[in-house]
Amino acid sequence: MHESAFTRRLFLQRGCALASLAATVPCFIERSALGTLGNPLLASQPGVPDERVLVIVQLGGGNDGLNTVVPFGDDGYYRARPQIGIRGPGAAARDAQAAALALDGARGLGLHPNLTGLKSLYDEGLVGIVQGVGYPNPNRSHFTSMDIWQTGRLDAKGSGWVGRYFDNTCGGTPSPEAAIAIGRNAPLALEGDLQKPIAFESSSLFRWNGQDLHGSLHDPYDRINRAGDGGDAGDSQKAFLMRTALDAQLSSDRIRSAVSKKPLVTYPGFALANQLKMIAAMIRDGMPTRVYYASMGGFDTHGGQLGTHGNLMRQLGDSLAAFQRDLKESRNDARVTTMVFSEFGRRVKQNASGGTDHGTAAPMFLIGPHVRSGVLGTHPSLTDLDAGDLRHTVDFRSVYAAVLEDWLKTPSEKVLRGRFPAARVFETRG
Amino acid sequence: MGNPLQPLARKDYGYAAAQHLLNRAGFGGTPAQVRALVELGLDDAVDYLVEFQGERVSNEGFDFRGDILREQTPEERETLRRARAMNDAETIARIERERQQRQNADRAQVAAMKRWWLARMIETGRPLQEKLTLFWHGHFATGYRTIENSWHMLMQNGMLRSNCAGNFADLVRGIISDPAMLKYLDNDENRKASPNENLARELLELFTLGEGNGYTERDIKEGARALTGRTFRGNEYFFDRAQHDTGGKQIMRRSGDFSGEGFVSIILEQPECARFIALKLYRFFVNDAPVLPPDGAETVERLAKLLRSERYELRPVLRTLFRSQHFHAPTNRQSIIKSPTQLIVQAVRSLGTPARSVDRLVEAGDLMGQELFQPPSVKGWPGGRSWINTATLFTRHNLTVFLITGRTTRGDTPGSADPYDALHLVDHLRGAGGTLDPRECVRSVSAFALGAEPDPARLDELEAYLGSIGGTIDNERLKALLCLITAMPEYQLC
Repeated sequence: MHESAFTRRLFLQRGCALASLAATVPCFIERSALGTLGNPLLASQPGVPDERVLVIVQLGGGNDGLNTVVPFGDDGYYRARPQIGIRGPGAAARDAQAAALALDGARGLGLHPNLTGLKSLYDEGLVGIVQGVGYPNPNRSHFTSMDIWQTGRLDAKGSGWVGRYFDNTCGGTPSPEAAIAIGRNAPLALEGDLQKPIAFESSSLFRWNGQDLHGSLHDPYDRINRAGDGGDAGDSQKAFLMRTALDAQLSSDRIRSAVSKKPLVTYPGFALANQLKMIAAMIRDGMPTRVYYASMGGFDTHGGQLGTHGNLMRQLGDSLAAFQRDLKESRNDARVTTMVFSEFGRRVKQNASGGTDHGTAAPMFLIGPHVRSGVLGTHPSLTDLDAGDLRHTVDFRSVYAAVLEDWLKTPSEKVLRGRFPAARVFETRG
Repeated sequence: MGNPLQPLARKDYGYAAAQHLLNRAGFGGTPAQVRALVELGLDDAVDYLVEFQGERVSNEGFDFRGDILREQTPEERETLRRARAMNDAETIARIERERQQRQNADRAQVAAMKRWWLARMIETGRPLQEKLTLFWHGHFATGYRTIENSWHMLMQNGMLRSNCAGNFADLVRGIISDPAMLKYLDNDENRKASPNENLARELLELFTLGEGNGYTERDIKEGARALTGRTFRGNEYFFDRAQHDTGGKQIMRRSGDFSGEGFVSIILEQPECARFIALKLYRFFVNDAPVLPPDGAETVERLAKLLRSERYELRPVLRTLFRSQHFHAPTNRQSIIKSPTQLIVQAVRSLGTPARSVDRLVEAGDLMGQELFQPPSVKGWPGGRSWINTATLFTRHNLTVFLITGRTTRGDTPGSADPYDALHLVDHLRGAGGTLDPRECVRSVSAFALGAEPDPARLDELEAYLGSIGGTIDNERLKALLCLITAMPEYQLC
């Protein structure tokens, strides 16, 4: 068992060995290997690497938590939201509006009626819903609150929390492919002092587009950028640039080859689904990437939110469900955990325009076979409010601590720059 | 060992040295501009740059507005208070909407400021002025997203520009009276009864002495007390006397009832200060390789001494540096990794491409890791090798393709109609009857674009390529060659 895992790892290392790391193996692969081998829950699959993967899905704009995980058992909910409250299962239909999807084991709580995809994963025991996640002195600016979530710091300053994870685990040897974001810009969360993420909207952009001007340019460009350091193992600026140029070409080859493969399941046509499809392909292809980042926007529902938010819920739930099925199909599901968050929830009371304004605490989703399934933690009270907003019951940094410690197997204190008790969101704990 | 700051011998100042000078003390220039600097001779060329003798740019940024964000009037405050008390959701929502609109307008203004500054760097006849302003922006780093006030960022930018080659002491005094910085480092909350140490700490650690260089935690605490009361009202610096701690302080072995200005004076007396600034200037203008080159430490030490003897006047120090043997030494040529801004501005100014779409250039700068008015933290941009990774390298390659050809990664072509005449790069090589020798052109253009004689293997590659597409030089073929040259790893150096 040890022997074969070791050999497989060597193979993987060789497969992804990049020029700038020629002398050093990305250490987090080694470390995570220790955690992995000691953990019987993460059953090895032949032909599937053991490395654990975290997929982060960001919902930009402030997702309305109360209409995502609906507290239909609480009359206060309907008093606060007479027009936009979602009816409970069994309640009389109004305006042909669908009812919330009741959750087993969580009395009075249901998922938004359009979250059928997510509900099916929940029924399979793959979803943990963490209630009331937020932080003290909530900030209602999109920018600032998103930065707080991404830095993992209440002052919203400095590097990203995932970036710090790599900086701390890798002893100054960042792997260029450790973190990949789908999108034009890399999110702050993935930016470390040393670790720099790869970001691309589509893999066709992660390449030199000069070759599209004229086919003749391709070969000379390739020779120029794939020469490596030409035997100059020294530390000159030029040798460094030549090694990185080679890495860039190799990464581009790998990524484009991975995402060009057909997915194993059919994905819906949503933008998020498309991002997750690329991520599943890269996971399936055995990329050495540990953290992937996908995002969707449009959650800033200040007015007439029922229709808009309903569409977003449909996109979210169906995309996540297709992604999970794809992972299962390629037998990678056991090594992937998906985490869904938004920068804040919305106010309890609806506003005068049939929408909701910026609020505070909201639920997070964790998805995968190793998460503790069910509704975790207590729903914040709808009556004991802080100036009209929910009081958070779980600090988001406790969820990060759990992801770091129980999933990525790394001490969280240095990464989070503080001691946060890991929330009990993975099966590995207790 | 001789003095590395000795001026370069007259015979050693030629085309290559002038190009190096223009790249480093500016953003490069066309072959014709480089030849003009050669004609001036070293001393006059340095003066031309350091004294900002070129044309000032017409675009001074006076169109921006300082009244987008304003404090609520007493009436507005009262309206909001009443609406809250009466649970008047509609009024609260309206006020919130108006606030949101002002904030959106302010974000649009900072986006326009980014375009304005980048265009200014591309157009200015005083490149060192913009380059130094960028240097101080990274040094006294302040980020818009934290302070969310574009006008304050613009005022800071103006303060840095007016003092950029003046006296370092004025920059430090300016920054502790600068609303953007006071807000960014929470000094508006630094009050007598509850001091906030943020500004005092960064002032010592990042702006003047360097981490751990000649100060203690106690100096930070006492310094923070000296800075109490320094805040702003609206767009103006404001000294809040009631919040200033007038009590006695002990800072770096000196005692007295120091004010913020007094604190700065004590800091500037420390020899570590000049050394720290000299090293930072050295990294920015001379060499940013992880290990200092031979004579590097000696040069920094001498620059520091000069900075002190000149009482922190920056021009004499810069003049000496740009004329020095060390600055022009072979080890210090092509030894700095271009910042994203340098890459963009230098490509336009030296290759003479159209700027095409400043909007896209700003976007590319952000993607490559240098968002103007938004350094990643109070430490500024770490620079050097941190600019380069597999993702930013592709962005860099695709950026130069865009400038040369108008083609973007998105497949659209903003500004593609702007013609690019690359032949001006080889005009001086025309023989009788205007003929161009292909080999001579390939060598000359690659040496010019790379700022150094290219490897023979690179020349072979380019010549073979030119041969494969027809062998003679015309504008289209020259542009294709430039796409390859600017995608060479060594093109990222300057």
